[in-house]
Amino acid sequence: MSSDVRFVDFKSDKQPTWCPGCGDFGTMNGMMKALAETGNDPDNTFVVAGIGCSGKIGTYMHSYALHGVHGRALPVGTGVKLANPDLEVMVAGGDGDGYSIGSGHFIHAVRRNVDMSYVVMDNRIYGLTKGQASPTSREDFETSTSPDGTNMPPVNPLALALAAGATFIAQSFSSDSQRHTEIVKQAIEHDGFGFVNTYSPCVTFNDVDTYDYFRDTIVDLGEEDHDPHDREAAKRKILEGDKEYMGVIYQDDDSVPFEEREGVDQNMSEIPDGAPDDAMDLVREFY
Amino acid sequence: MPDDLNWAIGGEAGDGIASTGKIFAQALSRAGRHVLTSKDFASRIRGGYTAYKVRTSVDRVESVVDRLDVLIALTERTIDENMDELHEGSVIIYDGDRTTMQDLEIPEGMIGLDVPLKGLAEDAGGAIMANVVALGAACAVADFPIENLDESLTKRFKDKGSAIVENNKEAARLGQEYVEEEYDYDFDYDLETTDNDYVLLNGNEALGMGALAAGCRFYAGYPITPATSIMEYLIGRIDDYGGKVVQAEDELSAINMALGAARAGARSMTATSGAGIDLMTETFGLVAQSETPLVITDVQRSGPSTGMPTKQEQGDLNMALYGGHGEVPRFVVAPTTVSQCFWKAIEAFNLAEKYSTPVFLVSDLALSVTEQTFEPSTFDMDAVEIDRGKVVDEEDIDTWLDEQGRFQPHFPTADGVSPRAFPGTEDGAHMTTGLEHDALGRRTEDQEIRVEQVDKRERKVQTAREQEDWSPREFGEPDADTLVISWGSNEGAIREGMDILEEEGIDIRLLSVPYLHPRPDLSDAIEAAETTIVVECNATGQFADLIEHDVLERVNRINKYTGVRFKADELAEDIEDAIAEPQEAAQ
Repeated sequence: MSSDVRFVDFKSDKQPTWCPGCGDFGTMNGMMKALAETGNDPDNTFVVAGIGCSGKIGTYMHSYALHGVHGRALPVGTGVKLANPDLEVMVAGGDGDGYSIGSGHFIHAVRRNVDMSYVVMDNRIYGLTKGQASPTSREDFETSTSPDGTNMPPVNPLALALAAGATFIAQSFSSDSQRHTEIVKQAIEHDGFGFVNTYSPCVTFNDVDTYDYFRDTIVDLGEEDHDPHDREAAKRKILEGDKEYMGVIYQDDDSVPFEEREGVDQNMSEIPDGAPDDAMDLVREFY
Repeated sequence: MPDDLNWAIGGEAGDGIASTGKIFAQALSRAGRHVLTSKDFASRIRGGYTAYKVRTSVDRVESVVDRLDVLIALTERTIDENMDELHEGSVIIYDGDRTTMQDLEIPEGMIGLDVPLKGLAEDAGGAIMANVVALGAACAVADFPIENLDESLTKRFKDKGSAIVENNKEAARLGQEYVEEEYDYDFDYDLETTDNDYVLLNGNEALGMGALAAGCRFYAGYPITPATSIMEYLIGRIDDYGGKVVQAEDELSAINMALGAARAGARSMTATSGAGIDLMTETFGLVAQSETPLVITDVQRSGPSTGMPTKQEQGDLNMALYGGHGEVPRFVVAPTTVSQCFWKAIEAFNLAEKYSTPVFLVSDLALSVTEQTFEPSTFDMDAVEIDRGKVVDEEDIDTWLDEQGRFQPHFPTADGVSPRAFPGTEDGAHMTTGLEHDALGRRTEDQEIRVEQVDKRERKVQTAREQEDWSPREFGEPDADTLVISWGSNEGAIREGMDILEEEGIDIRLLSVPYLHPRPDLSDAIEAAETTIVVECNATGQFADLIEHDVLERVNRINKYTGVRFKADELAEDIEDAIAEPQEAAQ
């Protein structure tokens, strides 16, 4: 790991095809900065993404990366991290990817608490398929697939995470580059599953959850008297549901990651040239 | 038949049928006798008929047969269920004191031994040992030295303390003595022991053992019959080698975790059965498109949908060959015997890594639950070879960088096989994706690059076709008029069926095919034979279709889809019928 890595080293030479003004630019830049500032470099970093606008992130970043199928990025990240705990694993997703098709994996990734970070670019809309309702779309939000509004309450990803026993829950706003970067850094440095829901506005299909909306309403917990180690306080903040918060909402300092609990500490890519020396013992077990 | 004994214990699920049967099977194995076990079980935890069957001989046993010599019947239904296999002189051990057995009528010509199993067990220290009393009774019938039972009782009960072990030994003795004292029959059996040292294991255990020997270090799976015991085997052992088993939340997660671990450089596997494969199919394409080495095991059971989850079938061949949207390069390997589950697992990992391609390892229920005895040297660990393919490190990575210094994970080489850089390798950072991509792994829709990459992936399979040995396993008379072709677990039953036919003067040549894609060219063999018969456990003859497609010639078919595997003696009859009336044989 070199000490002089800068965030541009995580940039690929591919120009993003996101719409001009897309919140994902800021989200990604913050992720790259956070990786560099926590002492990582592209050769020890593995970025996993699923499908959607968020899924393109592996193409625009320079690191080891896998761009997988819709909703399944978290299991891939889990496999990567367990197979080689020396790697820094970051998973990127969208609100559709993470809270709809991948919602089952989300709950279980939270429970498992593998030491990786998960940044969800939440724009409350399906962008790449051109503007359908997403799990975080508001109840009255009209889209091509919800002409009369979705008629369902939105998913509250923070509450899902809390209920599943998350050890790190945070929220950020892509346009507040400094705070977003700080929060992602904290997620990376957390011993366990660092979950960050990032408001990442869609300028093309969502005219409700806009930059202006978030700028006007967002409350920075860093400026409030909030103790992220107080689970009850975090619960109140998350379940109140009447404010958009930014910052680390909950962190369990006693978190022990899955791999530590399970004693996974080897790079599994290293195996003997033939069967292990004592392999005949495996046979003798069947006497 | 003084030395070939078919023995079973049957009753309700939850009666300890399997563990009791296993104790006897292990005792036989330890006494130097060959054993083959099979299980009839229903898809429920308690209640419902279940049986554990043991065939034993001093010679190798390759198949189940339609004959039951000694039956421990814990319920009346056990006798009904096995009526077809019972014969004149069959011995039925039962407990007439049980209220449900009081009106039991032993079929004419058979020998009923009414043994107070529960009562004698209580004398030995507890009613729970009734099944062990029955084992002692069976030893008396089979003239099998009861001392051989002691060691397997010790193995089974040692965790519960020496008193329990001693009580069980006593229970067995009481059962033996009761039969010897109360029944003055001269039974037809005399199970001699030998000095041979056998191990006894089933196909799933052999497959898991092969995976460990081959360096599999990561396994993710979701419980499903009959694949779960692979996970249960690995979970107790893989940690000793620095590996990990993860029980995932579903099959989608399982295969994606396995994919992630494989990308990180671990030899990685997932296993499931038909319905789970359906769920994994989405990611199967990603594995191929991202050129990730991964072993995906399908232990087939009866389908479609939930079908008959605890019954045998070989119905997933087409899925293994064609499953997934688009055109997915793959290897499909199917073990044909319990010991081949070990060797094919090792081969699957080598193929996957040498060619950066998914490998379907297709087993079936009959293999997965069949326990068989082997010389330990059958699993010769010194013969295990590991080939990790084109892995690059800091030393040689320069060879694979483009002019801008970027690693090219999908470089279109002449043999189609691209280099692999494990994450952590300096200067190797790269991405892979399910999208069509260029040599760098970056998305593209460029027509030329698309064609180049499709050709490259297919070329790997072509290279493997040329470099690897895809021969079938061959048995019988090379010049025989009748050629039998089979895949999967049928090999044992056919081989034994061939012995029966040979006695009738009918020679057979058997080609047992473990490689389904790529697969051997069988056209010369088919042309040389007068009659070709394809044997498989499915209704539509998926393998027969494939062979007809390959050789442009009609073949005869023997299909069984009752949920029960082939038995040697019935198969011999079927083959005889097929020879007599070609094109019409079917079951």
